[in-house]
Amino acid sequence: MSKEEKKVNRRDFLFTASYTLGAVGLGAVIWPMIDQMNPDKAQKALATTEVDISNIEPGNSVTVLWRGKPVFLKRRTPEEIAEARAVKLDDLPDPQKDEDRVKEGKDEWLVMLGVCTHLGCVPLKDKGDFNGWFCPCHGSHYDVSGRIRKGPAPTNMEIPKFEFVDSNTIKIG
Amino acid sequence: MSEHQYVPKSKAGKWFNDRLPLLTLGAHLTDYPTPKNLNYWWTFGGILTFCLITQIVTGIVLAMHYVAHADLAFASVEHIMRDVNYGWLIRYIHSNGASMFFLAVYIHIFRSLFYGSYKSPREVIWIIGLMIYLLMMAAAFMGYVLPWGQMSFWGATVITNLFSAIPLVGDSITTWLWGAYSVDNPTLNRFFSLHYLIPFLILGLVVLHIWALHVPGNNNPVGIDIKKPSKDTVPFHPYITIKDAFALLVFMIIFAGFVFFTPNVLGHSDNYIPANPLVTPAHIVPEWYLLPFYAILRSVPDKLGGVILMFSAIFILFVLPWLDTSKVRSAVFRPIYRQFFWILVIDVLMLGYVGAMPAEGIYLVLARVGTIYYFLHFIVVMPVVGYLEKTDPIPMSISEPVLTGGAEPSLARKVNDKV
Amino acid sequence: MIKSKFKFVFFTFLLFVIIKPVQSAEMVDPIKVNWSFKGLTGTFDRAALQRGFQVYKEVCASCHSMQYLSYRNLGEPGGPEFSQEEVKAIAASFEISDGPDSQGEMFTRPGRPSDKFKSPYPNIQAATAANGGAYPPDMSVLVKARKGGANYIYSVLVGYEDPPQGVNLDDGVYYNKYMIGNKIKMPNNLIDGLVEYSDGTESTVDQMAKDVTTFLAWAAEPELEERHKIGVKVIIYLLLLTILVYLSMKKIWSRIDTEV
Repeated sequence: MSKEEKKVNRRDFLFTASYTLGAVGLGAVIWPMIDQMNPDKAQKALATTEVDISNIEPGNSVTVLWRGKPVFLKRRTPEEIAEARAVKLDDLPDPQKDEDRVKEGKDEWLVMLGVCTHLGCVPLKDKGDFNGWFCPCHGSHYDVSGRIRKGPAPTNMEIPKFEFVDSNTIKIG
Repeated sequence: MSEHQYVPKSKAGKWFNDRLPLLTLGAHLTDYPTPKNLNYWWTFGGILTFCLITQIVTGIVLAMHYVAHADLAFASVEHIMRDVNYGWLIRYIHSNGASMFFLAVYIHIFRSLFYGSYKSPREVIWIIGLMIYLLMMAAAFMGYVLPWGQMSFWGATVITNLFSAIPLVGDSITTWLWGAYSVDNPTLNRFFSLHYLIPFLILGLVVLHIWALHVPGNNNPVGIDIKKPSKDTVPFHPYITIKDAFALLVFMIIFAGFVFFTPNVLGHSDNYIPANPLVTPAHIVPEWYLLPFYAILRSVPDKLGGVILMFSAIFILFVLPWLDTSKVRSAVFRPIYRQFFWILVIDVLMLGYVGAMPAEGIYLVLARVGTIYYFLHFIVVMPVVGYLEKTDPIPMSISEPVLTGGAEPSLARKVNDKV
Repeated sequence: MIKSKFKFVFFTFLLFVIIKPVQSAEMVDPIKVNWSFKGLTGTFDRAALQRGFQVYKEVCASCHSMQYLSYRNLGEPGGPEFSQEEVKAIAASFEISDGPDSQGEMFTRPGRPSDKFKSPYPNIQAATAANGGAYPPDMSVLVKARKGGANYIYSVLVGYEDPPQGVNLDDGVYYNKYMIGNKIKMPNNLIDGLVEYSDGTESTVDQMAKDVTTFLAWAAEPELEERHKIGVKVIIYLLLLTILVYLSMKKIWSRIDTEV
């Protein structure tokens, strides 16, 4: 009887082991098929974008392409900066100080991804209820610091990694 | 088919099954009574299914990165090899997968030839199988064109020019195939489209192939009709599934050996040179799996004649069930035919070999001898030997001679030795 | 019985393959080099790759492009593995044309790691015209594009000889023992001491030929090391699973009288 049982146990072990090992292999095969759709090495290495900002007057802005997305560079006037900083944090759906969205000492330069955080449309400048941007797709209003004030978008517009190479050049990425 | 009616155990299962009997189908496939004496040559059906699925999956993935344009195709393949995550692995599986697919299909075909699986009542299975084989060749040929290397370009030129041998309309057909006045960007584009289409046609035919198989059931090494289900059969699952899985794993080890350690050995180095319409490579050879037909093509010193003979070499297989006059299926019991079968195997291998060699001197002679034998085998040997041959005694059932020895112990031993 | 027949056929075929076709006398088999990247676990020699890149950059690159490689590849694992700073410096040493800028003008700038290798000529026609009608082939996949692979490339690099008697060469054509047809339009560019290796290796012709061939072998198959590494694992895995499935099969079939 015990001999029989042993036999059964060994067989069960064999089958379980085969199935388990087979499943592990299947998983290992599936991964490359999924990973191939991630950004490839050339995409990951994509260059940074350098922008000449010497020609931008206060109050004006330019849009440049970085990683296939628009980036807004706005040179803000002192009034606009003051307006952005006068807002109470409690009034913001996604509270963030204007100071935290710009580089210290370069307060006039707002550099942000021009992509609505709702569903990815490009907001229009100088539109909307808060003197900033307005997304025409689903009606999100952003203020002059690019913070969401009204509408369906959940968060402020994103600030990319950027730095001032010199006083006239900004490097994004 | 198994006659007992399958009834799902769960209520939901029954509800669904009454509306779409998928569970009945599943039960049929699991219980499907299979001869218990199938040897490893019978595992290649499962292996071929694996090959087809592998090619479709890797192919869909490659199409996400490949660009079907004459100026960009070569670069996009290099992009896949260098930049795409695991791109090199996926491409090498796909390119070597084609070779493994053909290796398996040739074994599958020759197994059928040896054991008489093409004979009544399995003619339709055989014919659908040949249609699959034809589509495989078309898919493989067009796939080889896609990297747009030198062999791609000149292979495409040579093969499409075969159609120019057709009297009167040949040139128009060739131009129509090209969509230009030579193999060019339009050709590449349509080949890509068709290369993507054909595997799904094959998939459809595979379903029919298996359906047609499940009507009479499997042939077996003894080649006799068996009662199903009986003591001569085993349920498909787990007996055949586990055996197929084992054979498939052995096959995969060989496959992996190619993919990881000699991924380019089955290809031609010239295909890593970008296509150049001004320079023909010194030596144009098709992929190895098309070489026997290439040898037949070149053995005829006439353009139209060569093309006709090459296509005949394939189409003659379609009438094979009616050329074979023998009442006995399995060559195990056909002492004379068996010899000829092996001669045919050697003949086809030899044709493949001379197909890779320059068409001159001894190679041309061998190609001609090989071509003549190839056709003689089917047109003369098969009908005549089938008619004249005195076959060995055939056992009554699979189990009988093996188990009990039956009335004729000597026969039992004989069958045991051979199967 | 079937098995023995099968073996017979198999060995007959093997015989076919072994008997090499009689080739014309001018063909010489390339020198067999014991490359470190050969074999199931072969890897590239990093130092040789870095030296080989130097030879490419200083000698070959004036005529041969490598358009499918990017400077970033030089720092990737499995390759020469220059440090990120070195890669940046190498890239920056090339003037890459870019543009158009906001004024619509093309401009040049120092290279970045993401840039492709700079080609010496703008297109194939220019390269052909500048080299006496012979296009210096792109070397990105050259090792895969030549029968004989790395051995062949190396052999050609060291295979320059004076032509045997009775062979007349046109201007700009050189005699090479290993080149197919023996005539090559590339002059012998390697002379002892041509490049100065920073690691102190003596730059003999043989050394430079080996180094640059190693570099080209990597350029053609940058995935080689990863491929070997994954391959060994896959084969071990498959062997294990095959054994398990074999034992399972034996168990299952032991329920009935027939053997598998």
